[in-house]
Amino acid sequence: MTEVPISWFLTLSAVLFVLGVAGFVFRRSVVTVFMSIELMLNAVNLSFVTFSYQLQQVNGHLFAFFVMVVAAAEAAVGLAIILTVFKNRATLNIDDVDSMKN
Amino acid sequence: MDVILFLIFAIIAVVCAINVVVQTHPISSAISLVGVMGSLAVLYLLLGAEFIAAAQVIVYAGAIMVLFVFVIMLLNAGAESKHGRSLVAQLLGAPLLVALLGLLAYFVERLYPRGVSVRFGGFTHGTPLDIGRALFTTYLLPFEATSILILIAIVGAIVLAWKEID
Amino acid sequence: MDSFIVISLIKAAVVFAALMATLLYLQWVERKVIAHIQVRPGPYRVGPHGLLQPIADVIKLMTKEDLIPPYVNKPLYLAAPFIAMTMALFSISVIPFGPMIEVAGYKTFMQLTDLNIGVLFVLAVSSMGVYGIALAGWSSNNKYALLGGLRSSAQMISYELPLSLAIAAPLLISNTLILRQLVERQAGSILEWNVLHGPFPQILSFLIFLIAGFAETNRVPFDLPEAENELVAGFHVEYSSMKFASFFMAEYANMITVSSMAVLLFLGGWVAPWPARYGSSLVPVAIFAGAGVVALYHGMHPGHRRDRRTLPVFGAAFLAMAAVFLLPAVQAWLLPLFWFCAKTGSVLFTFMWVRGTLPRLRYDQLMGFTWKFLFPVAFADLLATGFLVAWFG
Repeated sequence: MTEVPISWFLTLSAVLFVLGVAGFVFRRSVVTVFMSIELMLNAVNLSFVTFSYQLQQVNGHLFAFFVMVVAAAEAAVGLAIILTVFKNRATLNIDDVDSMKN
Repeated sequence: MDVILFLIFAIIAVVCAINVVVQTHPISSAISLVGVMGSLAVLYLLLGAEFIAAAQVIVYAGAIMVLFVFVIMLLNAGAESKHGRSLVAQLLGAPLLVALLGLLAYFVERLYPRGVSVRFGGFTHGTPLDIGRALFTTYLLPFEATSILILIAIVGAIVLAWKEID
Repeated sequence: MDSFIVISLIKAAVVFAALMATLLYLQWVERKVIAHIQVRPGPYRVGPHGLLQPIADVIKLMTKEDLIPPYVNKPLYLAAPFIAMTMALFSISVIPFGPMIEVAGYKTFMQLTDLNIGVLFVLAVSSMGVYGIALAGWSSNNKYALLGGLRSSAQMISYELPLSLAIAAPLLISNTLILRQLVERQAGSILEWNVLHGPFPQILSFLIFLIAGFAETNRVPFDLPEAENELVAGFHVEYSSMKFASFFMAEYANMITVSSMAVLLFLGGWVAPWPARYGSSLVPVAIFAGAGVVALYHGMHPGHRRDRRTLPVFGAAFLAMAAVFLLPAVQAWLLPLFWFCAKTGSVLFTFMWVRGTLPRLRYDQLMGFTWKFLFPVAFADLLATGFLVAWFG
């Protein structure tokens, strides 16, 4: 067997996505939560490129490209927000940023 | 040969992803995430996506993750503390996630039992020429829209992190 | 398939050996050039004219005590020089040194591998090189190292922008990302080189590329992150012996990569300035013969007593090299290699010349220079090139 079945790529994408969700739900440092979001976006990029291979079209590559661009913009703004929150509250624990709770 | 390459880099990707979630210090998570992105870039090369592989390394691993590493070093983020973790959430969440993974894997295997096989060289339209052609003809509007989005993100980041120098 | 693997391994070994020897003696050349700019002799005690100085330095660095301070973050501390060195060597693997040659019946390119995305690969690997420096600064657990590492990373990623725009402009004229085709489309004469060709001669892009290249490799006038007298040696203050040496070698290898990219993108690669039928094959012969005659003359009337024995030997060696360039059997691959090395050497000499001449920029001046001046100028240059290429077809 010298060729890789395409379902293996999609299964790998699912595994990475679920690991990203696990990091997003279970971790409490806001930077690590942000990195889990990036992991989820990477998993989705892998699915896009895999489907593009299956359909023999280049459109999946374009979608992955736009996902990368949006992820870059989101990372920039999100990290700026993290810096501002740290400046005001001196903590990186998302459970401690709860001043709007009753 | 392709199978060996896929297995090596898929295992590296999964191990680094587990490391991202498990490590306590954010900088170890960040370096592991760079490892995930690097092995994904090799998998993109296997799928014939040469421009996306280069863009992944230049943009994602070489710029976005450097930004993450920068912020972690600037904030001097320490290792995460262990107090206050809700055991109920972990006991409830882990089986749900495993169920989600099982469901996804089952549907993937059901839909592609004897589908297309990936081999290196099976897709030749991932060159920068094809991407450029599609980007400037079919996808011109999203291209311009994302350019403005990046401009807005730059302005927003500067406004958020602005410090008055008096 | 087997011959492909064997040929690739042989090429990799040859390129690696040549690169390591070049890195060693590039340091000797730099010390001599800076010394002569500052009107002093430079290394001249160890061996004739200091030629054995790099060997002495290697022995010194290898036998020094390899101290790992107890307060560092060990995995990252040990990985950082490794990452820096690996990324610096990766980018050399796609640089073409000459055209196709035939050795013992096998046709092969003078290049380790020819990628479809050659230019993007070099950019990608240089982006990854930032991690070596950032992690070195962080893991050393030292205020000066952290400041140096952060400043250097910020500088490198800021100057990647004008670098990429300056690379994009000649690509609009050559229309290819494959490094070998980039050179083949500049074949002909000096008027076909990208720096003088096309509807918009790329002189401005060449200058922007060189300036951004100075900043990417942390060289003067942008070397504040590793300044000896400003930041106590910056990000490599806690490193000793071989790890310190690998940071140095990574810096020189990055210099060689930036110079090779400048030569490939702007100066026509291995193409001679005028075609061979008008006698450009005699230029290396003339240069080496002239060097040999000068060395022999100074051997007759030496300044130092030792030169009476060593300079005639060098003179004879140069004259032998000049004779080698006349053999038609080796001209096919030796002449392009000579032109490529001569051009890369000229750009490297410019690096060293600037180091001996210009003072250091302060960090805020450095960042202000790129964001407020160099990036808009590179952008305007790309716009002008694109507009003129579209206008004139």
